[in-house]
Amino acid sequence: MIDENVIRIDSLSKSYATGNGDTIRALDEVALNVRANDFICIVGPSGCGKSTLLRIVAGLEHASAGSVHYRDTMHTGPTREIGMVFQEYSLLPWRNVLDNVGLGMEFAGTPVSERLRVSRSFLKLVGMEKFERAFPHELSGGMQQRVAIARSLANNPDVLLMDEPFGALDAHTRILLQKELLRIWEKNRKTILFVTHSVDEAIYLADRIVVMSGRPGRILEVMELDQPRPRDRSNAQYGKMATQILDILEKEVSSSV
Amino acid sequence: MTGKIRVSLYRAAWSLVIPILFLVAWSFLAAYTKNDIILPRVTQVFELLGHPSADLISMGSLIANILISLARVMAGYFLAVLIAIPLGVLMGYYGSVFNMLNGFLALFRPIPPLAWVPLVLAWFGVASVATVVGLQYGKWYIYLNNLKLSMIFIIFIGAFYPILTSSIHGVRNVKKTLLDSARVLGAGELSIFLKILFPAAAPSIVTGMRIGLGVGWMCLVSAEMLPGSISGVGYLITHAYTVARTDIVIAGMISIGVVGALLDLVFRYIEEKKFGWQRLTR
Repeated sequence: MIDENVIRIDSLSKSYATGNGDTIRALDEVALNVRANDFICIVGPSGCGKSTLLRIVAGLEHASAGSVHYRDTMHTGPTREIGMVFQEYSLLPWRNVLDNVGLGMEFAGTPVSERLRVSRSFLKLVGMEKFERAFPHELSGGMQQRVAIARSLANNPDVLLMDEPFGALDAHTRILLQKELLRIWEKNRKTILFVTHSVDEAIYLADRIVVMSGRPGRILEVMELDQPRPRDRSNAQYGKMATQILDILEKEVSSSV
Repeated sequence: MTGKIRVSLYRAAWSLVIPILFLVAWSFLAAYTKNDIILPRVTQVFELLGHPSADLISMGSLIANILISLARVMAGYFLAVLIAIPLGVLMGYYGSVFNMLNGFLALFRPIPPLAWVPLVLAWFGVASVATVVGLQYGKWYIYLNNLKLSMIFIIFIGAFYPILTSSIHGVRNVKKTLLDSARVLGAGELSIFLKILFPAAAPSIVTGMRIGLGVGWMCLVSAEMLPGSISGVGYLITHAYTVARTDIVIAGMISIGVVGALLDLVFRYIEEKKFGWQRLTR
């Protein structure tokens, strides 16, 4: 039987040992299927393990129990099929923009001319083609994240994981980049798993929203959204959805405080 | 005259105040003591420094001795660079390698290079690089016989630890996100080392190389006091002392200082030119 899910997460749990011998349960029995071309947003209170979930899917951390399957094979370490964009700026500060975008292809041994061609086309896609000679420290936070997105896409991953990529940006830049991300996504329809603590961001972007509980992180609810994009923030349905999710989160947070 | 030039002239003048006061005080003290063995006159010392290729107490010129010393320091220093950098990078990256080696290496760290002298003499005696490669005569024998193994070892010990420590720190301080993002882009272990760890740690490693070269250069005099030495600035100083030529002692000391400061300057230039990004990155 062929699994139509790109990523299948089965009863995934993760515990950490702290310095004083206690164990912290970060994730508890998380199960989620990600279909091809899905745009899924994961929302939850801070510290609910949503970033940990993403890091396990990326292969950067190991699960304590349960499993992650990528296209029917057990997934254990990082692969270039699953790309990731981080919240912290992750460009190599000693390389210019163009050489940063080509990094993944450099690891894969792609010939230089091909690398430059692909890098330039993705820089154009994120609107950074005029800055290919610039160094990361010369760019604003929003520009750096654009380049980081171009770098992930230039590696042509099957799935793109995004860990609060706009979390460190100011509100205006954030809304601008959300729009940009949708525009790019409409073009290539990558499967995206996007972690955020902003309910608004999730409703603006996602096909499905996964609401997670506080520690240990469990999935409380999965909501399907079928409103056409671009979504209007002043729409009544948009507001209703936001209230609904915030209610779930509020109950969750007040029960754990 | 533009303001910019005026500012830099002013700065240059300001930085000369203390050296000039120093020379004036020296002249007064020398005139007061009237004893060339205790404190020679400034002019006497600068006379020697002004003719660096003149033969001194039949030991060759100042320049020749500096070059011999430089060759020795470089031999010990390159050995230290060659071993300390890879070792430091591995120790900084792999906790297991660090745990295995750190306790052992920390034991040797506090031992002053000079304390190694008796042991080093027992091991190497007057053997030189020429002995190792099996040369016993000829032009190359003369060059290589100046590079005594004992001296190279002392300088190696001095330069080794600063380079090792800064390599470990450089690798440890590499932002975890840089490593993670390289891994999800498909980097193998070798790529991680060559394209992420090494360039990211390079500023710190180069700083360690600068400090290591300084320490290695400082070990020179103790190294050149070892038996078998008949040349080098360190030996020149000790020999000039035994024949009561304090002016040569001071000229030799100034040469050591100037050469050390020049080597430091070269490294600082590299740090600024190549690693400006580090200062500019948050």
